[in-house]
Amino acid sequence: MKFTSIMRVAALAGATVLMTAPAFAVTLNLHNGGDPRSLDPQRVSGNWEDRPVSDYIEGLMTLDAAGNAILGQAASYQVSDDQTVYTFTLRDDAMWSDGTPVTAGDFVLGLQRLVDPATASDYAYLQYAIKNAAAINSGEITDLNELGVKAIDDKTVEITLESPTPYFLQALTHYSAYPNPKHVYDQVGDDWTSIGNVVANGPFVPVEWVPGSYIRAEKNAGYYDAANVQIDEVYYYVLEDDAAALNRYRAGEFDMLSTFSPDAYPLLQSDYPGQAHVVPFLGVYYYVMNQEDPVLADVNVRKALSISINREVIGPEILGTGELPAYSWVPPGTANYEGDTYRPAWADTPYADRVAEAAALMAAAGYTPDNPLNLQLRYNTSDAHQRIAVAIAAMWAPIGVNVELFNADVGTHYDALSAGDFQIGRAGWLMDYNDPINMLDLLKGGTAQEGGTINWGNNYGRYDNDEYDALLDESATQIDLVERAATLHSAEAIAMDEFGVIPIYYYVSKWVIAPQIGGFVDNPVDRHLVRYLTKSE
Amino acid sequence: MFNYAFRRVLSIIPVALIAVTICFFILRLAPGGPFDGERALPPDILRNLAAHYNLDKPLIEQYVIYLGHLVTGDFGPSMVIKDFTIGQLLAIGLPFSLTLGFTAFIVATTIGILAGTIAAVNQNKWPDYVLVLVVMLGVIIPNFLMAHFLQLIFGVYLDWTPTGGYRPGSWEYLILPITVLAWPHAARISRLMRGSMLEVLNTNYVRTARSKGLGERLVLARHAIKPALIPVVSYLGPGLSYLLTGSLVVEQIFGLPGIGKYFINAALNRDYGLVLGTTVLYMFVIIALNLFVDLIYAWLDPKVRYR
Repeated sequence: MKFTSIMRVAALAGATVLMTAPAFAVTLNLHNGGDPRSLDPQRVSGNWEDRPVSDYIEGLMTLDAAGNAILGQAASYQVSDDQTVYTFTLRDDAMWSDGTPVTAGDFVLGLQRLVDPATASDYAYLQYAIKNAAAINSGEITDLNELGVKAIDDKTVEITLESPTPYFLQALTHYSAYPNPKHVYDQVGDDWTSIGNVVANGPFVPVEWVPGSYIRAEKNAGYYDAANVQIDEVYYYVLEDDAAALNRYRAGEFDMLSTFSPDAYPLLQSDYPGQAHVVPFLGVYYYVMNQEDPVLADVNVRKALSISINREVIGPEILGTGELPAYSWVPPGTANYEGDTYRPAWADTPYADRVAEAAALMAAAGYTPDNPLNLQLRYNTSDAHQRIAVAIAAMWAPIGVNVELFNADVGTHYDALSAGDFQIGRAGWLMDYNDPINMLDLLKGGTAQEGGTINWGNNYGRYDNDEYDALLDESATQIDLVERAATLHSAEAIAMDEFGVIPIYYYVSKWVIAPQIGGFVDNPVDRHLVRYLTKSE
Repeated sequence: MFNYAFRRVLSIIPVALIAVTICFFILRLAPGGPFDGERALPPDILRNLAAHYNLDKPLIEQYVIYLGHLVTGDFGPSMVIKDFTIGQLLAIGLPFSLTLGFTAFIVATTIGILAGTIAAVNQNKWPDYVLVLVVMLGVIIPNFLMAHFLQLIFGVYLDWTPTGGYRPGSWEYLILPITVLAWPHAARISRLMRGSMLEVLNTNYVRTARSKGLGERLVLARHAIKPALIPVVSYLGPGLSYLLTGSLVVEQIFGLPGIGKYFINAALNRDYGLVLGTTVLYMFVIIALNLFVDLIYAWLDPKVRYR
């Protein structure tokens, strides 16, 4: 014990000499999960990339601790009467960490780069509400300056939309809309995010990146709200092994875990009560049925498959973390969606009766347990997906369905779904912004391409209903949110009554927060900016 | 000997070429591509990405372009990790993995040889049993289990070492990873050493040395060790290669900035450039190691001579 104490003191002394931060700095150790692919907000798409990026760049709008949109770099905004032109006035004290003021040109640059086909941004479509964004991204328009984002002067940004978009301010909180420092970009181009070049207009500046291990960011003294930021230094640790992450949390090396294995939940509840946060999160776990397959094109077969799933056991018993069963396509709690959550009549029928009805429907289609329908169920490799698939296969056996399970890594899996090379497939969708259209767009009919093919996008099941599409298009023109919500509810009802997709459960976000951390607020978008956190020793 | 070594070095080139070619084409045959994910990318974006990375050109042309870049040392951009070139990633990761692997190797080999010798000399007495048991744990328990186990005991419960992670320049963080890496290797070395030492101790020349009146220590050090090491040395080459590649799991679990995860993740992500880059590098390292081991072999055993 003595030997190691001496060694630890020696090592600590050595490490302190090497560290440039003052010895009394408040350091937050955040388990981030994966290694970000980049610090460029227009080139990332994962929540593990969102965390370091959203702590160093702030958009026109930002989030409060509860996940609501609030003003960020903009001091105020005005909306035109027809709701298509937003004019933002920037704060006077908005600055990059090298002392250069933030200008409207920085926002123009960020959004232009987003839609520029050369950037190949995964999330360009999130800002398609902006005039000409879609056209530029597809190459129809080649002049980036045609994008509906203009710098009226250094402190005024004017954004013109294609049509009134009630969730536009929300969409601006997403990192795809973040500004880029024009003065740095003009000098070093895409290298502007390298450590050494990167500058921040947000509460922290990234100063060190050891790929595979961590990213370290230090407090940005020039941030306009720096006085309220109580963390001096943040480490975003890379660690994808959940068990090892839990060990490090237990050893006190991590203050926050961004996920945990469901098997660890009982241990956390018993030994670390109150530290695990399991909170509903805007996302749906679902199965798609390929409706180009002749058997699955039959709505009664789809109905049988859906009603015979006992969703109530999946969260509490199969996963262990209490995920809620999903009967609607749009998760409850979604903003701009006034009205009752869709709930089919059969959800309240006893399960045994549902199984009987499903068996009858399958028999009518010609399938019984003696002459079963052979279906392949694809999922991407994961313990949880496998458990659920096995359970659902068992639920389908008595109604005359014989399931072949097939798993592949995530890239191959989604490749197959996109290509239509599947019968039943597992998928998940985490909402990009808090508005029902984000979910409903997933069931929109495909768009015809030159060459005669159809691009189904993320509508893997190829659900196609013209009335549904028409309702979505109509909703895009409705300014009154209540009217719009009613239209969208009708659309959802159509798709759900026709069993266009099988929602299974609503996601939960899983955090473990150590007692010394304060200011962490559970929110449905699961974005937690470090500027609101505090750490007591 | 020198001629032999020289010829071996030259032979690296055709071997490398074959390996790169096979790797290149096999990667492309695998289903899926670098840009598949949970969200389908619009076809225009996919087209742009393909053009940017030359993926829309005929395969042979891509191969030739790649070889051309490789010869100048340019591994190209990673399709997944945007902020670092492959060269940069390898420059950070490879020295780390090599350091980790080599340190574990030296620790393991030293401990293995000592343990094997002590066990052989004390055959069937308690030092033999204890040493063999402790060392065998490294073979019985898989390294990912050992890693979590040690993390729990030494990191969480006893709090003697950091549980994981890394700070440049701080060796504290490497204690557990090196232990996990070295243990199975030490186990195998000690078994080999014990076995071959037992054999050597029964040979005529050792008996002669003893009958000459030499002390046991001298007999061991001057007459027994070198021949006993021969089987051990033939294991060292593959053993070191295994250590360097076996660090994949350890790096994942301890969150270390090594090169191992690029192998796994790049293959899963179909990041062609990164997989090829890591494969090429590892290949060179392993070839160099095997050559080195062959040369040591010749030094140890006077009967071995290379034409």
